[in-house]
Amino acid sequence: MFSFIVRRLAVAVPTLLILIILSFMLMFAAPGGPFLSERPPPQQVLDNLNAKYGLDQPYLKQIFDYVVNVVFYFDFGPSFQYRDRTVNDVIAQGFPVTLTYGFWSFVVALIVGIGLGIAAAIKHNTWLDYLAVGVSIGAEMLPNFILAPILLLTFTLALGWLPGGGWNGGEWQYMVMPIIALSTSYMASIARITRASMIEVMNSNFIRTAKAKGLPMRTVIFRHALKPSLLPILSFIGPAFVAMVTGSFVVDSFFSTGGIGVFFVNAAFNRDYAVMMGLTILVGSMTIIFSLIVDILYAWIDPKIRY
Amino acid sequence: MTMQSVAGDVSGAEVIEGRSLWQDAKRRFLKNKAAVVSAFVFLFLCIFAFFGQFLSQYDRETIDFTLMGANAYKGVPSFETGHYFGVDSDGRDLYARTVQGLRISIMIGIVGSLVAGIVGTLYGATAGYLGGRVDGIMMRTVDVLMSIPFMFVLILMLVMFGRSITILFIGVGLISWLDMSRIVRGQTLSIKNKEFVEAAVAIGVSPAKIILRHIVPNLIGVVVVYMSLLVPTMILTESFISFLGLGVQEPNTSLGALLNRGAGALQSGVTTWQFYFPLTVFIVLLFALFFIGDGLRDALDPKDR
Amino acid sequence: MTIRTTLLTGTASALIALAGAAYADGHATHPVTGDALASEQVFTYRVLDDFPSIDPQLIEDVEGSAVARDLFEGLMNEDAQGNVIPGVATGFEVSDDGLVYTFTLRDNAMWSDGVKVTAQHFVDGIRRAADPATASDYAWYLEVTGIVNAGAVTGGDMPVEELGVRAIDDATLEITIDAPRSYFPQTATFPTLFPARLDVIAEHGDNWMDPENIVVNGAYTLSEYTPQERLTRVRNEMYWNNDATILDEVTALIINDENAALTRYFAGELNMTDVPAGQFPRLSEEYPTQAISFPNSCSYYYLFNHVSGPEAIQDVRVRQALSLAVDRGVIVDSVLAGGQREAYTFTHWAIPGWETPDIEIANLTQEERNARAAELMAEAGYGSDNPLELEIIYNTSDSHAAIAVAIGQMWKQTLGVETTLANQEWGTYLDTRGEQNYEIARAGWCADYAEPSTYLDLLTTESSYNDGRYSNAEVDALMQEAKTTEDPLALYQQVETIAAEEAAIIPIYHYASVRMMSENLKNWPTENLLQNWYSRDLYIAASE
Repeated sequence: MFSFIVRRLAVAVPTLLILIILSFMLMFAAPGGPFLSERPPPQQVLDNLNAKYGLDQPYLKQIFDYVVNVVFYFDFGPSFQYRDRTVNDVIAQGFPVTLTYGFWSFVVALIVGIGLGIAAAIKHNTWLDYLAVGVSIGAEMLPNFILAPILLLTFTLALGWLPGGGWNGGEWQYMVMPIIALSTSYMASIARITRASMIEVMNSNFIRTAKAKGLPMRTVIFRHALKPSLLPILSFIGPAFVAMVTGSFVVDSFFSTGGIGVFFVNAAFNRDYAVMMGLTILVGSMTIIFSLIVDILYAWIDPKIRY
Repeated sequence: MTMQSVAGDVSGAEVIEGRSLWQDAKRRFLKNKAAVVSAFVFLFLCIFAFFGQFLSQYDRETIDFTLMGANAYKGVPSFETGHYFGVDSDGRDLYARTVQGLRISIMIGIVGSLVAGIVGTLYGATAGYLGGRVDGIMMRTVDVLMSIPFMFVLILMLVMFGRSITILFIGVGLISWLDMSRIVRGQTLSIKNKEFVEAAVAIGVSPAKIILRHIVPNLIGVVVVYMSLLVPTMILTESFISFLGLGVQEPNTSLGALLNRGAGALQSGVTTWQFYFPLTVFIVLLFALFFIGDGLRDALDPKDR
Repeated sequence: MTIRTTLLTGTASALIALAGAAYADGHATHPVTGDALASEQVFTYRVLDDFPSIDPQLIEDVEGSAVARDLFEGLMNEDAQGNVIPGVATGFEVSDDGLVYTFTLRDNAMWSDGVKVTAQHFVDGIRRAADPATASDYAWYLEVTGIVNAGAVTGGDMPVEELGVRAIDDATLEITIDAPRSYFPQTATFPTLFPARLDVIAEHGDNWMDPENIVVNGAYTLSEYTPQERLTRVRNEMYWNNDATILDEVTALIINDENAALTRYFAGELNMTDVPAGQFPRLSEEYPTQAISFPNSCSYYYLFNHVSGPEAIQDVRVRQALSLAVDRGVIVDSVLAGGQREAYTFTHWAIPGWETPDIEIANLTQEERNARAAELMAEAGYGSDNPLELEIIYNTSDSHAAIAVAIGQMWKQTLGVETTLANQEWGTYLDTRGEQNYEIARAGWCADYAEPSTYLDLLTTESSYNDGRYSNAEVDALMQEAKTTEDPLALYQQVETIAAEEAAIIPIYHYASVRMMSENLKNWPTENLLQNWYSRDLYIAASE
C-alpha cells in the first residue's frame, strides 16, 4: 500500500509538468494578448508591459522561469488582469470561499443524494421510487444558469428571505443559494447511482441471507448493504469533490461570492495567463490527490482490492 | 485458404453469436415501458426537429420589424398569427427557432457522443490490447488529460480556432472520450485472452486489424450504453457554452442559447413564453434520452441477470 | 503677460463651507436643495466586473476611475455639468502661447496620514504614470494631455526627469505641454495625473492599496475590498473639505449578471443599477421616478475595412447604400429602447459646444433612404443576380448580437445583401479588428475628454485607433488645422460632412446611460456627459 502511494505521488510530478507545458502551448496559440483593449496602448507601452511580465522572453525560458518560481518560491507570478494582485493573492482570496461553499454543497449532495437513493431503492417500484427518480432526473438536467436566477427570484425578490448575493465572510444566509445551485445536479447523480447499486446489492445472496436470518431491516441496510453499494459512488465523488470545491462560474457570477469559479472562464477570456496557469495547477494537483484518496478508500471498503 | 478468409470466418462466427446477444437485448429493451415510450418521444422530437419548419410560414432568421421590441403584446403565441410559440425579442418566430435549436442540440448530442465513442474506443482498445509499456504510457496520458480543467480547454479551443459548429462538435466530444477510453480498456483486457483473439494472433493477423475486427465489435454493447448516457451530457455542455456566449453563431441557435435568452425574459417577467417553450422541449428531450440510455444499459449490461 | 483664469472658487467654496457647517450642526437638511437628509447616508451601487486596478496611475476603466476620484483628489475636479472646478489646486494660469500651465495648490490639503499635499506629489504621480518601470496601460493618456516628452519617457528614450512637469515650490506646479490644447485643464481631473505618495508605495510595494496601508487625499478612504464581491469606502476625516461631505459610506457591489443585479435592486440591496437593453420602456412605465436615461458620451458604429476588405465596400456607393439601409430608428426605439439617439455623425450630440452639421441623409425618411440605397446598390452593380455577401464581426454580448441581427436583416430585406454574423470573444475580436482581418466590424468609442476631437481623431490616417484604416488627406489636414485654431467647430463639422459623404463609417447611435436609481438618491450628475461623478456630491434624502 505504502509503495503504491509513493509510486502514484512520483507520477504526479511529471504529470503536473506536462500539464504546465500543455497549458503554456495553448496560451501561446490563443489569439490576442492580456494587454489588448479597445484602445490599444502604443507599442512602447505594450513593450513595457511585456517586459514587466516577462512575455518578451523566448517561450522555453518563460516556461522554465515559471517552473522555477513555482517549485522553489511557490510564486505563481502576478495576475495580468488585476494589476494590484498576484495569482497567489487571487487564489488565497477566492479559494477559501469556494472551498467553503463547495464543501458544504458536497456534504449536502452526499447526504441528500445517498438518502434519496436508499429510500428509492428500498421502496423500489413504489410512488416514492418514481418520485425520487423523477426529481433526480429533473434536477440533473436543469442547468444551473437557469436554476440560479429562479432561486434569486424566489428567495430574494418574492420571499425576501435571503440576500441576493455577496459573501460577507461566509455567513450562512449568503451560502444557502450557492449551495443549492451547486449541489442540486451532483445530488441527483449521487441519488441515481446509489439507487441503482443499492437495488443490485439488496438482491444479492448475502443480503437475502441476512434478511432470512430475521435481522431488522435497519441493520440489514446500514450494517450490510450500505458499504458495498457505496463503491460505485466513490469513483464519482472524487472528481465531483474537486469540481465542487473549485467552485462554479455560474454560482460565482450570479451570487457575487468572490470565489475562484469565475476565473475559470474569465481568465481565459481576459488572457490572464498567470491566473489560468495557477488554476490549472490547483485543479490538476487536487485531481491527482483525490483520485489517490479514492483509490485508498476503495481498498479500505473492498478488501479484495490490493495494490 | 488465405489468411483473410480464415479471419473472415472467425469474425463471421462472432457475428452469429452477437446476433443472439442483440436479440436478447432487444427483448429486454422492449419490456422496459419507460424506455420504449421515450424512444417514440425521441423519434417524434427528431421528426419535429428536422421537418417541423414546414409547418410554419416563418423561418428562423427573418425579423418582422413591426413586432420588434413590441413582442410583449403583439408577439404573443397564437395560432391566428401563425407564431405558434410567439416571437422573440428580436421579432423572429420562436417556433421556427425552437425547431432549429432542437435540431442543433440533437446533432451536438449525437455527433459529440460519436466523437467521444470513436476516439475513446479506439484509444482504449489499442492500449488494452497492446498492453505493457504502451498501455502504461497511454493510460498515464489519460490521467494527465483528466486533470486538465476541460471547460478551460474548450473555451480556449473555441477562442483559438474561431467559433464554428464543427469545433464545438469536436470540442464537446473530446472532453468525454477519456472516461470512455478507460472503460473500453478494462473490457479489452478481459477480451484479449479469449480464444478467437488468440486464433487471429496465431494466424498472423495484424494488431490493427485485430483491434478493429475482433476487439471493437465485442465492445459495442458497453460503448453504446455509455454513448447513450453521454448524449444528454453533451447537450447540457453545449447549453453552458451558449450561456457563455461561445455557442452557435446567430442567426442559428440551440436550445441552450434559447434558454439563456429565455431566462433573461423570465426575470423581466413579461415575455415568459421565450423561456417556457424552449424549456419544455429541452426537458422532454433530456428525459427521453435519459430513459433510452437507462433502458439500453439494462438491456445490454453484461452484469444484468 | 498671462491670462488669468478665474474659476468659481470664491462662491463655490463659501457655499460648501456653509453647507458643511449646516450638516455638522445636525440640521440634517441639504444646504442647497433643502431636502431633509436620511439619518443613514449609505450609497450602494452595482458594477459589472471587478476593477482591473484602483491604483490611480494604473487605472484603465471607468468604474475604477470613479473609485479613484473618491479616494484621491487631482489638481482639478468636475462639477455636475462637467465644468472644471478647483480641486487640490485653487486655480491655474496659462502662458500667452498656451503651453505653460501654472497651478497653485491650496495649503489645507492633507493626506490621510497628516502629510501635506505638495506639488512634488503631483510631479511624482505623473512621472510614475510615464515611467516604463510602472508599465501603466494608461501611460498613453499623458500623450493626450500633451505633456512635453511624455511619449519619449514612456518609450524609455528619456529619463522621467525630462517630463514637462516640475514643482516650483510646495504650492506651485508647472506643467508644459507641446501645443495649445483647450481641453488640457479637463485632463487634470483624470486619475492618471493624480498625486502619488512614493514613500508609501515604496514601503508596502504592490500592497500599498490594501485598506490597512492606503494613504489617500480624497474625500473617502478604502475600508474594505473583497475582489469579485465588494469595495467599500468611508468618509476620510482628514479631507480638507470633509465638512461638506454628506455620504458616509459608499459601496460598489460587483455583480456580473445584469438581470441578477436588477433583481437585487428590486430587493432593496442596491441604490443604482443598469437597465438591461430593451427593458427601459416597461420599467419607466412601472417606476417612472426610478428609471432614468441620460446621455453618455459614447458612439456606436460599424467599421468598414478600407484596406483589406472586399472589393465591394471600397466602392463609396456600396458603403453609402449600406449606411442608408440601416434603420437607426428601429435600433434605438425597438432594440435598445433606452433613450439612445440615432446617429448620422460620429461625434456624440451632447458634447459641449458641438453642433451637429446638417447631414443630408439625416433629414430623409427611412423609405427615401431605402429607395436611394437600392438605387446606389444597383448602380454599383449588385442586385438579385449578383448578391453582395458580407460578414459582420462583433464581440460577444446580447445587445451587440441583437443589433447585428437587425442590421443583417435590414440589409437583406432592403438590399438583398447576404450577411454572415461572426460573434467573437473579446480578445479574438480585438485581434481580428486590429489586424484588419474583417469586412465589417462593430465598434464603440467613448470620449476621453469633452471635445469633438476625441472622436474625430479616429478618422485621421495616423491614429492607432483607426481600425478601419480610413484615410483621407483632407480630413487629416482639417484635423491638423483644428489643433491650433481658436474655434475649430467649423473644421470639425467639415470633417463630419466629408466622413458622411464618403461613408467612412456607419454611425448607428449615441449612447445613453440607462439606470434604475432609488428615488432618494439625489444630486446624481446626469448632466455630466463623461459621467465623472464624485460620491461627496451625492446624498440620500429622508423618505417622506
